[in-house]
Amino acid sequence: MSEVIKVGMADLKTCRGDDGVTTLGLGSCVGIAIRDPATGIGGLAHIMLPDSTEIKNNTNRPKFADTGIEDLVKEIVKMGGNRSRLVAKIAGGAQMFAFGSKTDMIRVGDRNVLASKKKLAELRIPILAEDTGKTYGRTVIFYPKSGDFYIRSVGMPEKVI
Amino acid sequence: MKDLSMEQLTQEYFDVLRELGNIGAGNATTALAQMIGCKVDMSVPKVRLLEFQELGEIVGGEDQIMVSIYLQVEGDIEGSMMFILSKSAAAHLVNKLMCGMLGIDEMKAEEYTFGEMECSAIKEVGNIITGAYLNALSGLTNLKIYPSVPQLGIDMAGALLSVPAIEFGILGDNILLIQTKFSDDVELDGYFILIPDMESYEKILTTLGVM
Repeated sequence: MSEVIKVGMADLKTCRGDDGVTTLGLGSCVGIAIRDPATGIGGLAHIMLPDSTEIKNNTNRPKFADTGIEDLVKEIVKMGGNRSRLVAKIAGGAQMFAFGSKTDMIRVGDRNVLASKKKLAELRIPILAEDTGKTYGRTVIFYPKSGDFYIRSVGMPEKVI
Repeated sequence: MKDLSMEQLTQEYFDVLRELGNIGAGNATTALAQMIGCKVDMSVPKVRLLEFQELGEIVGGEDQIMVSIYLQVEGDIEGSMMFILSKSAAAHLVNKLMCGMLGIDEMKAEEYTFGEMECSAIKEVGNIITGAYLNALSGLTNLKIYPSVPQLGIDMAGALLSVPAIEFGILGDNILLIQTKFSDDVELDGYFILIPDMESYEKILTTLGVM
């Protein structure tokens, strides 16, 4: 029996075989799915903020794009994934409310996406597909074995990237 | 006190915040009752400091569709505020407000799609509720608080809550949630999330003599 493991906010989980990982209601947060296609080992990170070095309270590593991705890669390698074969797909980073405000906060979705891409590029992990930005929330399910990344949004048909 | 983080909030602060929540929500309930023209009861609000992971479950699941009003706060206190309630509760409120024009009952409330008029009505309800809440806070603390024009969002709970969660995320790993149950003939669950920046927290607590 395959099961789907839930990833909370500021959290990351890995799985293998027929299992999947899911996170519900991604808003401005970004879901980063990474897998090793040969072994089918992979995982999903749900990050909230772009950069751990910008903030004093940064002990919660999965909360940030930089440390979250680092840890996810480490976990996958620990489970037996090959570091050089890893590929990624990302989703989320929406702007849920349209404020024409001064603060950086408002564009946090965009900044999360940019920071995630930057970190993946730094680790030389190619991004095969993405569904980011816009103004709506996303629920995602990732199956590392096939690499299918399902995305559901309110009032829209499900898509697979 | 510059390093004040959410985790350090003591029981005393909690009591103050609960009381603020109580008065704020009480004001909001009165405003709501006047607006829809019937008696509205309110439960004692629960003030909770939650971890991000728990957030979605508390409001009934991250993928539950919710309606939220989000606005920015300026003045002596800077930050933002969110009022969030289930879609069926929102539909029920709008129906009341528009004198039953939607013609919805409990069964259909869940699937109801809001049009422009209904959205505008929800915004107005949200505006009044959050306004009443902030008024109470302002009156109590003597601080000037100016709310911005509210924004409406209808989406999955997780997606909507990620916005205040991220703001809290800058300060720590928890989020402060004030839960209020309103009821007239139907029970409506509403949640207030007030997100002052840390300086404003100090201001609020100082003016109330807690710090």
